[in-house]
Amino acid sequence: MTVRSFSCRFARKRRVHGMLKLYYGLNEEGKTVDQAESMDPCDINGPHFDPEVYLNKLRRECSLGELMDQETCMVKQIRSLDSDMQTLVYENYNKFISATDTIRKMKNDFKKMEDEMDCLSTNMASITDFSARISGTLQDQHAQITKLSGVHTLLRKLQFLFELPARLNKCLELQAYAQAVSSHRRARCVLQQYSHMPSFRGIQDDCHAIMDKLAQELRQKFRDGGSSAKDLSECVELLLQLDEPAEELCDKFLSHAQSRLEADLLGLEAETDILEFIDRGCNEFVSSLCLVIASYQELFVNRPQEGELASKNIPQMAIGKLHAFVDALATRYFSLVERRIQEEKSVGDNSLLVRALDRFHRRLQAVAKLLPGSAVPSQGTEIVVRAARERIKQYLAALQSFYLNSLTDVRQALAAPRLATGKDAPASLPELLSTLSASILNQIKSVLASVHLFTAKDITFSNKPYFKGEFCSHGVRESLVVNFIKFVCQSSRQFCESAGDRGGSTPPALLLLLSRLCLDYETSTITYILTLTDEQFLVQHHSPVTAVTALCGEAREAAQKLLNHYVKVQGLIISQMLRKSVETRDWVNTIEPRNVRAVMKRVVEDTTSIDVQVGLLYEEGVRKAHSSDSSKRTFSVYSSSRQQTRYAPSYTPSAPMDTNLLSNIHKLFSERVEIFSPVEFNKVSVLTGIIKISLKTFLECVRLRTFGRYGLQQIQVDCHYLQMYLWRFVSDENLVHFLLDEIVGSTAHRCLDPAPMEQSVIEVICERG
Amino acid sequence: MYQLYLVLQARALTSQTAESDAIRFLVGTQSLKFDNQIHIIDFDDENNIISKSVLQHQAGEIWHISASPADKAVLTTCYNKSEAPALSLSQLGASVFPAQVVSSESRVVTCGAVWRMPPEWESGSHESPDDPHNSHNPQNLELLCHLDNSSHGNASCVLWEPMGDGKHVISLADNHALLWDLTESSTQATISSSATLEGKGQLKFTAGKWSPHHNCTQLATANDTAIRGWDLRTMSQIYCIENAHGQLVRDLDFNPNKQYYLASCGDDCKVKFWDVRNINEPVKTLEEHSHWVWSVRFNHSHDQLVLTGSSDSRVILSNMVSISSEPFGHLVDDDDLSDGEDNHQDEKTKEPLQDSIISTYEEHEDSVYAVEWSSADPWLFASLSYDGRLVINRVPRALKYHILL
Repeated sequence: MTVRSFSCRFARKRRVHGMLKLYYGLNEEGKTVDQAESMDPCDINGPHFDPEVYLNKLRRECSLGELMDQETCMVKQIRSLDSDMQTLVYENYNKFISATDTIRKMKNDFKKMEDEMDCLSTNMASITDFSARISGTLQDQHAQITKLSGVHTLLRKLQFLFELPARLNKCLELQAYAQAVSSHRRARCVLQQYSHMPSFRGIQDDCHAIMDKLAQELRQKFRDGGSSAKDLSECVELLLQLDEPAEELCDKFLSHAQSRLEADLLGLEAETDILEFIDRGCNEFVSSLCLVIASYQELFVNRPQEGELASKNIPQMAIGKLHAFVDALATRYFSLVERRIQEEKSVGDNSLLVRALDRFHRRLQAVAKLLPGSAVPSQGTEIVVRAARERIKQYLAALQSFYLNSLTDVRQALAAPRLATGKDAPASLPELLSTLSASILNQIKSVLASVHLFTAKDITFSNKPYFKGEFCSHGVRESLVVNFIKFVCQSSRQFCESAGDRGGSTPPALLLLLSRLCLDYETSTITYILTLTDEQFLVQHHSPVTAVTALCGEAREAAQKLLNHYVKVQGLIISQMLRKSVETRDWVNTIEPRNVRAVMKRVVEDTTSIDVQVGLLYEEGVRKAHSSDSSKRTFSVYSSSRQQTRYAPSYTPSAPMDTNLLSNIHKLFSERVEIFSPVEFNKVSVLTGIIKISLKTFLECVRLRTFGRYGLQQIQVDCHYLQMYLWRFVSDENLVHFLLDEIVGSTAHRCLDPAPMEQSVIEVICERG
Repeated sequence: MYQLYLVLQARALTSQTAESDAIRFLVGTQSLKFDNQIHIIDFDDENNIISKSVLQHQAGEIWHISASPADKAVLTTCYNKSEAPALSLSQLGASVFPAQVVSSESRVVTCGAVWRMPPEWESGSHESPDDPHNSHNPQNLELLCHLDNSSHGNASCVLWEPMGDGKHVISLADNHALLWDLTESSTQATISSSATLEGKGQLKFTAGKWSPHHNCTQLATANDTAIRGWDLRTMSQIYCIENAHGQLVRDLDFNPNKQYYLASCGDDCKVKFWDVRNINEPVKTLEEHSHWVWSVRFNHSHDQLVLTGSSDSRVILSNMVSISSEPFGHLVDDDDLSDGEDNHQDEKTKEPLQDSIISTYEEHEDSVYAVEWSSADPWLFASLSYDGRLVINRVPRALKYHILL
């Protein structure tokens, strides 16, 4: 039974379900497709549920207990489903009822509204009717009122016109110029239009008179110029509105400004300190110039253009005038500044000048901002550039004079001790050299530091292309450093040329010292200075610059020339002694030699002191190999064998040919002796040069004289003495032998009675001396 | 290069000025022990043979020699006369010597004299260079007159009037310049005027030159480092180049074609060219020698060619075009030449010429004290070194044609 009721309920439920579905428009088929898996007839919730199959299945599969449980469960479910259904039905029922009620009520309301609308349309028709009637009656009056109000305004305008002169006068009294001008402007056209009527003409004339007076006053005010910028601009504006010609106004304004600026310029002339000068120039002249430019632009250039004024193209005219004005004044200012900068000659403190220039340049940038097209800032930059160039020149001159002064000091130092203590002078040579080169180097460094200020980061003009490029490479490196080095070389060379003919107005020690200085420059100093410069100034070589090697070459050339000249001068001094000693003596009638002549001792002494002097500055140098104790031995060979064979045959009248033959054969095997030849940078070479010159002079002088027997013997003694002492100074002692040989040989030729002295006697005399 | 040994030492050299055909040089020897000689050097240009004749000059060693411009056979010498007890007087030929002051002390005096070469020297004592010892019987020079200047001191040189008639000579003796007039036969000489150099110390003329310009009225002398110009009409100084050289001035020469140009050389190894109208600065300075320059000579025809001899044993021939009378070479023939020759040749002739050293002659072994151009052949010159070697050289052929064409 339970199963039956269950199945019947189920069927009913399905029907209700179907109806609801129908109501909401869901189709059955779509669902069946979705639930294709629940085709199982045993699924109690599936659509194909077959109670018979289900029941059979249960009966087959379940025990009794289970069936009982199943049954209670099922009953419970059926009950709850029933109550659910009941509630649903109740709820929906109420809703339907209220909806029906509402529809009925609406039907009633619409009917009432229709009636009221009809009533409204009838009322509106009557209102229109009334309104038309009223407006018809009021039309006449309205026209009259309009006319009256028009008359009223006209009358008010007329009143304004009639009152205008009085009002203007009052404004004039109160100095309310702006109001006066605006009032006049309003009336002007009317008065112009009706000027044919006498009454209006009168007014107009009055107004004109007043306005003329006003313009006069304005002009006066403008001219006085004591007023503030705002007043002034107001003044200008009013005048412009009064048809005052703008050009004239510009001119007046500018000439007025000019007088003030000129006063500033005049005030500048008296200044002393460059920084103060520039400061004052900036603060007074440049700032007031900027002020003038600004207010001028405010007045004439940047004004909004209205009406008739726009057509006159005032700004262009005004700008043109302004440029001319600024240029003229700036030129005067610049010439003042430039003159002042040129006065700045002392090279002590460069920072002041650089700061002044910086300030000068910086302030001009303001003008550049105010007046974009102006040439003033670029001119200012040019002045700075010129000043920098000038500065470099001054520094070069300062360096040069410093160098010359140091040389004078060195000269004095060389001369002074000699006067005082005699032999102290050579000892200080290396010290003098080191102090000289150190002080020059320091001076160069300090100058570089000073010049370096021009390119400091915080200086406005340092980023100009000139200061980045040309100033560093061409200016500092070439004009300053390279030129100075060249100057050093050149002035050194001048010592050789000017002093050369005079035979040594320059002390020889100075020549030696300078030669060493130039040589040091060549080996290290030039490279050092140029590297320093390049590093400090980050020189980028746009244009070709002087190469280090070229400078070094020049320095070396100067050093060589100086040393050659030194040799020449020293050689000359000794030569002169020898020459005098040969020329002034009567060699025919001289007495038998007892001593070495004093002049020979002097020659050896001088040579020794030159040797010491050169040794202080130059290295020893290489000699040709010879044993240290060779003096005696070589000399004895020279004197006994060679000397004898040299001119022994010439005593026998029968064979004059042999002499020449022998001497020529001898010469064939000895190298040609270059007398004034360039020397090397070492002591031995220098001394060799000096001794060569001296001995060659001795030889030539001997050849010009005629000797007696004792004359020859004296020369023999002298030459032996020289031989004993001079060999140690020269690179190749054979050279000394050769020259002394020549001297004795030539003397023998020039001797009337050639009887040579015994070698042993000569030796005794020399050793005694 | 052709050379010859004179056997004896020598300083004095001159070309035979009056001879215009043969290339002939005269050399005076210097020897205290033997009889001194005048060597007459002939150069055969075609066969390149040097030959030598010898004349005895027994008066003494010769310091300076100068040939008359008018008479080939006449010459002057300055010679040392020594009174040495060791030498026998008979050897010197006492008849030649007038009585000199002979004191107890021996002394050396330099004198000047005019000589005539014996007319038969050419045939008589001619010797070939192959046979140098064949001079056993040389002829003597014939003394015409002494330029007797015992009151004026030692003569350093005697100058003939350039291109003159051989009637006027100047001798420089210590600090005097003496102008002598010679008689027709040159047998007598009288001093017509003289100038004396006054000053501190012992002044002495070292060299002099008679200017061929201005109608031969000017003389240039050197003493110490100064060069002085003299007007011979008034015997007064007209200019003075103080410190012309750093040391002694050794020689002077006038440019034969430019009247104000003068060359000097000296102990400062330099050769300087002066314009005497502006004496503050030399026009040009050459510094090629490495020792004293003893002699400087302009070529007689082509004054750009300058010859110098020095005690560095070198002779240097320089081409001083820039200060010569033909600074641009020959320009006259440009048009004629351009017809026949190609453009390359044209450009070459138009190149501005540079002053240059043409050649350095290093044949000498001893100091060269004298150089001289030949008076007959302008392309030939001789140089003499102390060891008695005489060298004759030619101007390089290329340069010669360059100058001529």
